[in-house]
Order: sequence, then C-alpha cells, then structure tokens
Amino acid sequence: MHTKTRLRTLSALILASGMMAMAQGAQAQDPLKLGLISFYSGPVSGPVGIPSRNGADLIIEAINNGTLPAPYTAAGIGGRQIETVYVDEAVDPVAEYRNAVLRQGVDAVVGYASSGSCLAVAPVAEELKTLTLFYYCGTVRTFEEGPKEYVFRTMNTQDVENIAAARYVLATRDDVNTISGINQNYGWGQESWRDFSKSLQQLKPEVEIKSELFPKFLAGQYGAEVTALSRNKADLIHSSFWGGDLDALILQAAPRGLFKSQTGLLTTGGTALNTLAKQIPDGTIIGVRGNGGILAPDSDFNDWFRAEYEKKYGEQPTFPAYYMAQSVLALKAAADKAAAESGSSAPDMEQIRAALKGIEYDTPAGKVSLNRHNGHQAATELAYGTFKLVDGKPTLENVIRYQPNCVIAPEGAKSLDWIEAGFPGAQCD
Amino acid sequence: MTFLAIVIDGFIYASWLFIIAAGLSLIYGVMRILNMAHGSFYAIGAYTVASLAGWYWSAGLPPYGGIVLMFVIALAVGALVGFVIERGVLRFLMDRDQIVMVLVTFGLLLMFEDIIKLMWGVQSYYAPEPYSLFGSTDVGDLVFVNYDLAMVGVAALVAFLLWFGLNRTRQGKLLRAVIHDRELAITMGINVRRLFVITFSVGAALGTLAGGLVAPAIAVTPGIGIEIIVLAFAVVVTGGLGSIQGALVGSILIGLARAAAVNLYPELELFVIYGVMALVLIFKPRGLFALASTRKI
Repeated sequence: MHTKTRLRTLSALILASGMMAMAQGAQAQDPLKLGLISFYSGPVSGPVGIPSRNGADLIIEAINNGTLPAPYTAAGIGGRQIETVYVDEAVDPVAEYRNAVLRQGVDAVVGYASSGSCLAVAPVAEELKTLTLFYYCGTVRTFEEGPKEYVFRTMNTQDVENIAAARYVLATRDDVNTISGINQNYGWGQESWRDFSKSLQQLKPEVEIKSELFPKFLAGQYGAEVTALSRNKADLIHSSFWGGDLDALILQAAPRGLFKSQTGLLTTGGTALNTLAKQIPDGTIIGVRGNGGILAPDSDFNDWFRAEYEKKYGEQPTFPAYYMAQSVLALKAAADKAAAESGSSAPDMEQIRAALKGIEYDTPAGKVSLNRHNGHQAATELAYGTFKLVDGKPTLENVIRYQPNCVIAPEGAKSLDWIEAGFPGAQCD
Repeated sequence: MTFLAIVIDGFIYASWLFIIAAGLSLIYGVMRILNMAHGSFYAIGAYTVASLAGWYWSAGLPPYGGIVLMFVIALAVGALVGFVIERGVLRFLMDRDQIVMVLVTFGLLLMFEDIIKLMWGVQSYYAPEPYSLFGSTDVGDLVFVNYDLAMVGVAALVAFLLWFGLNRTRQGKLLRAVIHDRELAITMGINVRRLFVITFSVGAALGTLAGGLVAPAIAVTPGIGIEIIVLAFAVVVTGGLGSIQGALVGSILIGLARAAAVNLYPELELFVIYGVMALVLIFKPRGLFALASTRKI
C-alpha cells in the first residue's frame, strides 16, 4: 500500500472514530423513550389505567428534574431525560407493542395491567430484545412457563395476594368455614380463585366451597350472580374482580346486602375505596395487590409521593399509581446502579438490563426486591385490611402485613406446587 | 325458591335487554338498517344520565324528581341524536345495500366512541343514588332491589306503547305499511322519509333509555356501548329481525336461560345466550317472529 493511501485510510479511520465518539456523546444526551402502556380507555381506565399513568408521570417528572427524594438524587436515567410514549392497552396489545418498539423507537416499556396482555407480549419483548417491565398484571405463567431475558415484573404475582388473603382470613376470621367465589372468566379470575381456595383449604382443611361463579369479563350485570350467591350462603365471598366489573358488583350487591350477610373479600378492592365507600359494608376485607395506596407503609418517600400526587391531581393516589411508579423507579435504580458499577455516567440499555437482575430498591411503598425467577420477578410486602367507614371516610383496620418469605414460593418452586405441598419453608413469624 | 329466583332474575335481565333490542328491531323493521351505532346510543344515555342525574343528586334536590329527570334526559338526548344522525347521515344513503348501511353505522359507532371520550373523558362516572332509592323487597331469604323490579314495569310499558303505537294509531298503520312494502307505501303517497326520521329517533331514544336506566347500577365507562351491541343482536336475531314481539320473546328466552344457567349450572353462563340463539336458528333460521317478506318479480 502506498504511503499516501495509508495516510488517507488513517485519516478516514480517525475521522470515523471521532464521529462515532461524537455520536455516542450525543446519544447520552438523547432522551430515553419510555413506552407507558396501560388501559387509557375502556372500563379499566378509570380505576386502574389513569391513576397508573398519573403515578408514573409524577415520578418521571421528578426524575427529569432531579427532585426525587433520596436515595435518588441525580437527574435523569443515566443522565438521559425520559420522554414518554403513551400506548393504550385496550387496543391490540401485541400489535401496539411492536408499533411502539419498531416504529416509535421506544428504548424500554413499562406496562400492562391485564394478565392476557402480559402473556401475549412477553414472547414479543424477547423477540425484539426490548427491556420490558410489567407493572401490574398478575399471572404466574409469565416466568413459570420459561425464563425471560428482557422481561421483568416489579410487583407480586396474583398467587401471592391470594395466599396472603387466605392467611388473613385465618388470622382475623376463624369462624369462616364456608366460602364462595365470584371471579372473572379468564386466567386472572380462575387462577385467583384456585389459589385462594386451595390455600385456605390447606391452612384449614374443613373449609367447604359453596359456589364458584365465573361471569364473563366486562359483563356489567350481576343480578343473577348476586341471587345465586345469596341462595347458597357462605361465610365469605372471594372476588378478584377489578376495574369497572368490581365497581358494578359493589353497586349491585350493596342494596341487596350481599356483603353484609356474607363477608366480602375483595382482593383489588382498594381502587373502589374513594369512589364507592358508602356502598362497601364495614367488615369487608380489602386488598391492594401489594402494599400500595391506602396500605402503603409510612415513610418519608411515601409522604412525599402522597403530597405531590395530591398537589398535582387533587386526590390521594390509589394503589395502581404506586405500582406503575415503582416500575419506573426500577429503571432509575438500575441505571444508577449500572452507572456506579461501570463508572460510566451514561450506562446503555444493556447495562441497565443487567443491573435490573436481582435489584433491591426503594419505592413509596417500601423496598422492592427482584429476587424471584432469576432476578426478574419482584417479591414485596403485601397487606390486607378490614374496611370501616369512619366519619364518612374509608379506613382499613386490623391491617396485617405479610413479608415475602411468608406468602411467596421460594426461588425455583412453582407456586401451585408450593400451595399444594402446604407452603414448605414459609416463614410467617 | 330456586325457580322463583330464576324467574325474577330472568325477567329483570330480559327487561333491560328488551328496551335495548326493541329500538334496534324497530329501526331494522322500518328502515332495514342493522344499526351498529345502537350501542353508542346506549352509552350516550348512560353517560348523560350519570353526569346530569349525578349532578342533580349531589345538589341535594328532591330525589324522586331525579327519576323523572333521568327519563326526560335519556329520551330527549336519544331523540335528538337519532334525529341528527338520520337527517345528517342516513338520509343520504337510504337506497344503499344493507351491508353498506352496516358499515356506515359501524363507522358511526367508532366515531361515537371517540366523541364520548372527548366529551366525558376516560374516567368512570357513577350515579348510584336512584338504585337504592326505592328500597328492596324480600322474597323468602332473597333480597331484590325495587329499582330492578321497576325495570320490568318500564319494559312492559315500553312494549305496550310500541304495540299500541304500531297497531292502534294512524302513524303506526303507516309504519306497518312501510314495513310490509316500502315501495308500495311510497306509491300510495306515504311520506316515508318523515316516518324514517320518527322511527330512527324513537329507536335511538329506546337505546339511550336503556343506557340511562342501567347507569345507576354500573360504573359508566368508555366501551360499554360496544359490549352491549353483540348481546342486543343475539336477542333480535333470536326473536327475528325487525319484529318487536320477537325482541320481547327473545329477551325473555335469553334472560331466563341466563338466570337458570347462573343459578343451576354456572359454567354454562357464557354459552347459554348464544346456545339459545343457535337452537332457535336451527329450527327457525330467520328467528322466531321473522317478518314476512313479499316476493317481488
């Protein structure tokens, strides 16, 4: 090769390297495009989708401005501002996920309220190699059907809240000997009822099942179901209804006294506390799918979140607001961790993904540890309480908080097997 | 007791179904339009009542006045929306194929979904006060809400008024002539376009009335109109498209079958509605009370 040619090649290489370095520098300043996906229309939007988005927006704004409370001090995600792309889960989840990743170019996704959506989207996230954090859906199948690399979940699965519900019933209502269930007719409802009834029967074998009803998702009219439950009385009625279905059930059951004559156990009842407090009878057992909303433990972070949320939206945050917020915070915590580990102020998405595995981080609802399913599945504290209307305001009494090692299957164990084996190794003291 | 419970639940559910399905069937019978937008009328009725009646009750005004207001609002908004749609859209497409009209009304349904979100947002609306206003009735060990029982009366009144209007009034006779043979009716000097406006407005008002009456018992949210339209079509197909008595019998059959399934075989609940429809169509492919059609050469 001639010297002149060598010089030209060298110059070109230097120029190319310089341009690449400049491009990398610019990338560090480019906003991180984050897909925020939930039900923004339809019957689930009011109780779940909108509060979820509000909670996430509040946290994102604080991340961008660098105003999050300690331990989150630096602004941005690895120095990058977050730019949100809202996607409605009510439209075809898989097609819209592909659209968000391939056309809109989101770097990561936080989303999905429905178990059906999560089951459909998880393989697509793996295929497109896009970091995806499930914030709300509960199906255990996401990780039990095979390990994932790009999918994480930052809250408990549905089995956990039903195991905790069974333990709560045992602890607070030892007079319960018969149970009925009314749950939506799809994976979420069927698995919730299965896990609750099996757990309670493991803990108290003499418990008898009276009625098992599975109306269609979004049926809206439950008159015949209320009659069927009233005819075949049980001591307690379990329901994992959520969204508009939950509201309709409470509204239609109230004047017929269903949850007065038989104790109601509403595993997601926390979303209805503000809107339907007058229709929920005292004594109804209320869950919040974890420990957010009204059951969030006291802390400076929680005080800040509540105050900022009320200032911004004029109401107290319900638990979906906590859970989408804690999913966004997982990204922030992982980016901060990746930056500390790599010494780089701008970790890339792969470094953030690696840092997410097994991370433990702070949220307004306490610590979240991704310590199940190879560091991809969260294990959090979970609480239940008993409803009481005090001076027209909804309150929860007899609150019991369950630690993960009491109600979550150990690493490597399948949830249903763990329940059927009688919860070996559970630490509930 | 089980039998009685099934009958009561079945008739309550059938009442609600009938009020929706009657409007759908009336419009098809007279105008030959399979009106997909009927689900939107239902949703508009529910939203209007939930927001305006909700305001009425929160203002602490006399409670029974709120019930009257519910009826007035629901019927008025339905008649108005029906009038605007008929005059503004459908009259330009009257001679098109029925399939085209299905697509047009489906387009209207989608547009209304977005209009509803623009007007009311995506959050839920609640107006629960009327639902417990009339108290409840004990039937043995069971408690039924008087508001639900009153729905049976409202549906019966709607059925009677439709029967009376179609069979005992001059306008009704003209409508039946149009139902029987539109072309011949036109040649006889009947103002068909005027009857179409009246029919569509009345049909739409029945849709909004059903939505308005159910609003106190549900969370009114986007999408309720789409959920209901499939069910309403199952009723009118079972009863026979375009037949009011078909809508009535179809509603009762499906209402009773669903209540029986929920009380006796809950696992059949989803199947039974469409099972009844399929069973009827096997033996009567055009539904129980299909309109006779004249053979034209």
